[in-house]
Amino acid sequence: MEERPATNSAAKNRAATDRTATGKAATDEPATDWAATDGAALERAYRESAGRAVATLVRVFGDIDIAEEAVQEAFAVAAERWPSSGVPPNPGGWIVTTARNKALDRLRRESSRPGREARAARESQALLEADAAAQPNEAQLKEVGPVQDDRLRLIFTCCHPALGAEAQLALTLRLIAGLQTPEIARAFLVPEPAIAQRLVRAKRKIRDAGIPYRVPRDAELPDRLPYVLAVVYLVFNEGYTASAGDDLSRPGLCAEAVRLARLLLELMPDEPEVIGLLALLLLTGARREARTSAGGSLVLLADQDRGRWDHAMIAEGQQLVRACLRRNRPGPYQIQAAINAVHSDAATAAQTDWRQILALYDQMMAIAPTPVVALNRCVAVAEVHGPAAALELTGQLGRGGGRLDSYHLFHSTRADLLRRLGRWAEALAAYDAAIALAANGAERAFLEQRRDSLSA
Amino acid sequence: MRQYLLAVHIDENNTSSDEAVYQRVDEFNAELQSAGAWVFAGGLHPSSASTVVRAQGGKVVTTDGPFAETKEQLGGFWIIEAADLDAALDWAAKGAAACGGPVEVRPFQEMPEDQG
Repeated sequence: MEERPATNSAAKNRAATDRTATGKAATDEPATDWAATDGAALERAYRESAGRAVATLVRVFGDIDIAEEAVQEAFAVAAERWPSSGVPPNPGGWIVTTARNKALDRLRRESSRPGREARAARESQALLEADAAAQPNEAQLKEVGPVQDDRLRLIFTCCHPALGAEAQLALTLRLIAGLQTPEIARAFLVPEPAIAQRLVRAKRKIRDAGIPYRVPRDAELPDRLPYVLAVVYLVFNEGYTASAGDDLSRPGLCAEAVRLARLLLELMPDEPEVIGLLALLLLTGARREARTSAGGSLVLLADQDRGRWDHAMIAEGQQLVRACLRRNRPGPYQIQAAINAVHSDAATAAQTDWRQILALYDQMMAIAPTPVVALNRCVAVAEVHGPAAALELTGQLGRGGGRLDSYHLFHSTRADLLRRLGRWAEALAAYDAAIALAANGAERAFLEQRRDSLSA
Repeated sequence: MRQYLLAVHIDENNTSSDEAVYQRVDEFNAELQSAGAWVFAGGLHPSSASTVVRAQGGKVVTTDGPFAETKEQLGGFWIIEAADLDAALDWAAKGAAACGGPVEVRPFQEMPEDQG
């Protein structure tokens, strides 16, 4: 009975929203200057606006599934229409508006009570108009205000500590980075149904437990931000050294992590640890290509061809590290970035300022004393005070808790120190232990080659 | 508003409920009540006082003891009202500090009429 008026008003609403969001009267007319002829424009629009559109729709409708499905439907409509009608002037705004109408259609279909759909229409319209008012014109060029907040809110929801680490990771890649489920599955070498299941469970928990969509208050931020940073760093690390498989790295994930870190910095420009994270990813990522030989095997930092480092990434990373230092609010990501900045400063491995690196590790141990940091500090100790002192330290670490005992780099670090001290038999045994624990094929091959060069 | 169960898990072999704990829990209860978050709460006797009843094929089987023989047992609980999980977690943090044990936060299923 009430289908017709609702549809009419939805159409009217759409026209109104298009007008206010773009500052142009008629958006149904194609923009003649860049008519889409292939899927590339659509693909680009998807990558650029899926995350934003989902974030906005989640706020408007308060439900991730409704938001995701509506955005998918909107892109399906775009795929059908844009090749002939051309890409609208503000593709992102078009997607949000179309998705909103799709979501309203769905609510109307599913709602047992008419009042609910009308209320959702009213509320979503008011919210979207408020957005449009808050960002006059040029919304497509620089997003500000509500859209920024939507994305930040959703990031903190995805990385809520009430969700498991794997769920946080999958949600962030899906909802913030805009990756499809098969892409996430491929990236982590996990069967697609497993990722799909993980996403379903995580979204169900968000809904059932009432995990809110909001940016933490300033007082909560120190507790909550590390989860967000950890997820992005995890994405990067999985890309940098794949935890399984034969390829050393998966560059796509590294790039995705840098993209996420840039987004975080755009959304939280005043958080030194966010700056530190981006700097760390850039400075580490700059070495990725030089880390693999032509044959695909691992090349250690000391042996890398520094000409193959990405100097643009290094320059940006170093500039960010300097920006952190000026703020003088150090944190683990900033210190790790600073350590990598020192490495990237050295024209040759021999010129590395190991004393400064050791001082930075000491600072790191003071604020975040994890076993892995302690292990990495041993490498710096070996350069400053010699391998014997470092070996002594690793011995203490190994006796400490036993957690490091199952970490392949603990054994490979010891193996290298033993090798430098001429203790061949012990070095061999340590290499064997490292090889047995290494899950990455390229890393394992490198360790095997090291071991074999000892016995040769 | 949503309702959450805040369940206190305790190691029954290692209980040290003293006066200070009771006093802190009383204070926490008073805070819940004055904030309008209180629905119900209670402390439980040890699981040795527990009895399990099963209805199987028309027969009722009654057995002694807790349902699960684990070291950690439910020691008490609060049922609170909160706007969202973050608000419930804030209460849980206070509750955990008051009773000195871990608090599990579980959302209640919404009543059908609340889902509008």
